Amino acid sequence: MNHAISKSIIIAIFFCGLASAQITAIVGGTVHTVGPAGTIENATILIEDGVITAVGKNISTPSGATIINAAGKIVTPGLFTPFGQLGLVEIGNSAGPLDAVQRGEQFTAGFDIADAFNPRSTLIAVNRIEGVTRALIAPQARRTDEQGRSSHVISGLAAVVNLGEQPGHIDKRAAALVVSLGERGSRLAGASRVSALLVLRNALDEAIDYRANKNAFERGQRRDYIYSIADLEALQGVLTGDIPLLAHVERASDMEVLIRLTAQYGIRAIIMGGTEAWMIADQLAAAHIPVLMAPTANLPANFDRINARRDAAGLLVSAGVKIGFAGPQSQTHNARNITQSAGNAVSEGLSWDDALRAITLAPAEIYGLADQIGSIEAGKQADIVIWPGDPLELTNYPEKVFIKGNSISMVSRQTLLRDRYLQTETGKPPAFRR
Amino acid sequence: MTKFVVAFATVALCLTACTNGAPDGETSTPFAGRYQPLPGVTTLLRGATVLTGTGSRLENADVLLSDGKIVAVGVGLDADGAEVVDASGKWITPGIIDIHSHLGVYPSPRTASSSDGNEATEPVTAQVWAEHSVWPQDPGFVTALAGGVTSLQILPGSANLIGGRGVTLKNVPGRDVQSMKFPGAPYGLKMACGENPKRVYGGRGTAPSTRMGNVAGYRAAWIAAADYRDKMKAAAEGKGEAPLRDLNLETLVGVLDGEILVHNHCYRADEMSVMLDLAEEFGYKVTAFHHAVEAYKIGDLLAENGTCAAMWADWWGFKMEAYDGIRENAALVDAAGACAIIHSDDAIGIQQLNQETAKVMGAAARVGIDIAPEHAIQWITSNVATALGIADDVGTLEPGKMADVVLWSGSPFSVYTRAELVYIDGALVYDRNNPADNPVTDFSLGTSSLTGGAL
Repeated sequence: MNHAISKSIIIAIFFCGLASAQITAIVGGTVHTVGPAGTIENATILIEDGVITAVGKNISTPSGATIINAAGKIVTPGLFTPFGQLGLVEIGNSAGPLDAVQRGEQFTAGFDIADAFNPRSTLIAVNRIEGVTRALIAPQARRTDEQGRSSHVISGLAAVVNLGEQPGHIDKRAAALVVSLGERGSRLAGASRVSALLVLRNALDEAIDYRANKNAFERGQRRDYIYSIADLEALQGVLTGDIPLLAHVERASDMEVLIRLTAQYGIRAIIMGGTEAWMIADQLAAAHIPVLMAPTANLPANFDRINARRDAAGLLVSAGVKIGFAGPQSQTHNARNITQSAGNAVSEGLSWDDALRAITLAPAEIYGLADQIGSIEAGKQADIVIWPGDPLELTNYPEKVFIKGNSISMVSRQTLLRDRYLQTETGKPPAFRR
Repeated sequence: MTKFVVAFATVALCLTACTNGAPDGETSTPFAGRYQPLPGVTTLLRGATVLTGTGSRLENADVLLSDGKIVAVGVGLDADGAEVVDASGKWITPGIIDIHSHLGVYPSPRTASSSDGNEATEPVTAQVWAEHSVWPQDPGFVTALAGGVTSLQILPGSANLIGGRGVTLKNVPGRDVQSMKFPGAPYGLKMACGENPKRVYGGRGTAPSTRMGNVAGYRAAWIAAADYRDKMKAAAEGKGEAPLRDLNLETLVGVLDGEILVHNHCYRADEMSVMLDLAEEFGYKVTAFHHAVEAYKIGDLLAENGTCAAMWADWWGFKMEAYDGIRENAALVDAAGACAIIHSDDAIGIQQLNQETAKVMGAAARVGIDIAPEHAIQWITSNVATALGIADDVGTLEPGKMADVVLWSGSPFSVYTRAELVYIDGALVYDRNNPADNPVTDFSLGTSSLTGGAL
């Protein structure tokens, strides 16, 4: 009896403690929800078990909740970089792992990048303390190496990850299948962009044949395929429309070919790069093809990008195209700089709200995760950033970041280096400073 | 024979001198600049927040430009007949200067046929001059202009230990590089530490393949240069025969004589420290370390040596020697009393040097280092002018200086701000609100890029 009572008291205390420890209230900030509620002044956000349970004005704070005072601050959803190699690369050139690159064509669509993700990479903390909470990680194609091995037109499956400190980083496997078309594809496939298209079409055709004749194939009564079973299985998701093609393509005419291809196969696509997408924005909008682009990339870096312009982001959104920002400078070490992309897009005509959407909710929508993340709405995972001011202004850095409801440590290898060298009068070499 | 060559050269010099209007008999230089300021009108920019580049900030102030020069900066200026520009609510700064650009030598589009920045055929090539590679039709010059850049140094790449001469240009459209050359600017010499030279040559099984191989390579070059200088000097004094003219050694002697400024690509603190000792060994000065990702670790050394650090705001980790990059780098260098510069090395980055500076300001503020706009602007104007040896002409808004001026739509350190008017030598060369009058390179004709073209 006594035993039972004390046990229930312990349980009660346990639950009590759990409850108060697990409710966080962010109070008093200007909250840009990026949801239907828009921007709410002096708002309260309640977080419980990693999930947003309420957001709005006049929400009472449960007793025992951890209160975060955000008065005078700007609160936004966590940032989502929609393309890159966070956790796949440590040093870009001549050192460290490069797990995003596959050469030698052993696997194509079956190459699932998720298992290469390293949540303890130094790049992760550097970026999450600046507000990046989610990222798409994608396999990369590279040119032929010294051994003559080249990457395939079909690079493999990308994944969505969170940058949190807790276990469980893979939010979605097979979020997209990365392919290279246009000039980039022609380099991988041979001499022509048509070759790249043929490689892609052949893979899709084989996957269709395999789907229709799987049993016969398994009995050895069907022709051989160029692609492995792992590749053909992965392609099934593309054919059903569950897995969009994430196509590197810059030239307008190549995008028009891609639109026709998606219609022919009844599949979905996302454009990565899309320098000339603004020229066919209406067609892309009609085909529901989003574009991941770099607002500041205004130079004709090659002949596929001859019509680059700095106001393309605004033009695309005006036409009804969903966009995310994925410039070459915001894919790995400086994924954090997507705020700079967003700010520059605003200065060239995109609305501020659309710019914030492009770095939060839009990528979640593009990868089919908008029911879980991307905005500050009840029921969504609590990825929240508290800023001292406008998050797109380059002088503003996050003061606090929550990933799935957990307040992260605002420390990275860079802050440790900085703090070490801020101390100059210790009389001992820097190695003795912590 | 020798006499004949000299006589012939004199005739050639005279012809050059005549077209330049230089006094007879004055020694001329090959590939002399032919820069002519574009026509401008007397202009009064009225009522702006002015960052002078000298460390001052003036509110509601005016800037008067006439005959290509800055005439006055102050409150309540008047000028009869001047074109008056209402600059209220706007900001004015000196023209932005980039100390590290490859525009023209690695132009857009990036094709193998116009990739002219690295003479990567031997590790010491002081005989090559970046200006002989500059393609003036690079659309990047125009987009940089739209970012407020009025002067820039074009450098050879970093494949070589000693990569050749850099050239400082005025960012005006020209048919040839000579018509862009900054009048009177000293040449730069590009040197490179670390990974690049050892990768390029080590990868071919030749020297250098290590950092110690790099240093041995520099030392051999400076020994040869000192020897050449001594022999030339002796010959001039009638002692012995002059050696055959050697363009490589001639450039290096220019450094030893203090006429050519050393711009040394060098990431790591320990390597910069070695390079400072190397400079001391051979009696030259390192004007600036470029890409100095670890400069914050040796701010005191840089200050002692009077050597600038030219840095990115936040590039890091793309190679091993860039692994220790921090956003506060420039601020810590500055706080140590050394000369801090933000540079681009990039055709996109050069368009937003003001934004890059803003990132450092914000990061520094996080650790209690306040950098005022009037101070920060020096990292992309006057400090750069000093390191390029053109501070008597540009870099600040002081009477008598060249009227290289930018009118910004707001604070240059806001991401939303754009350069609205850019003047070079008093001539309006870019007007954001009047795109039809802005320059378009030959290459961009018929394309739709907003600032590189105008279809």
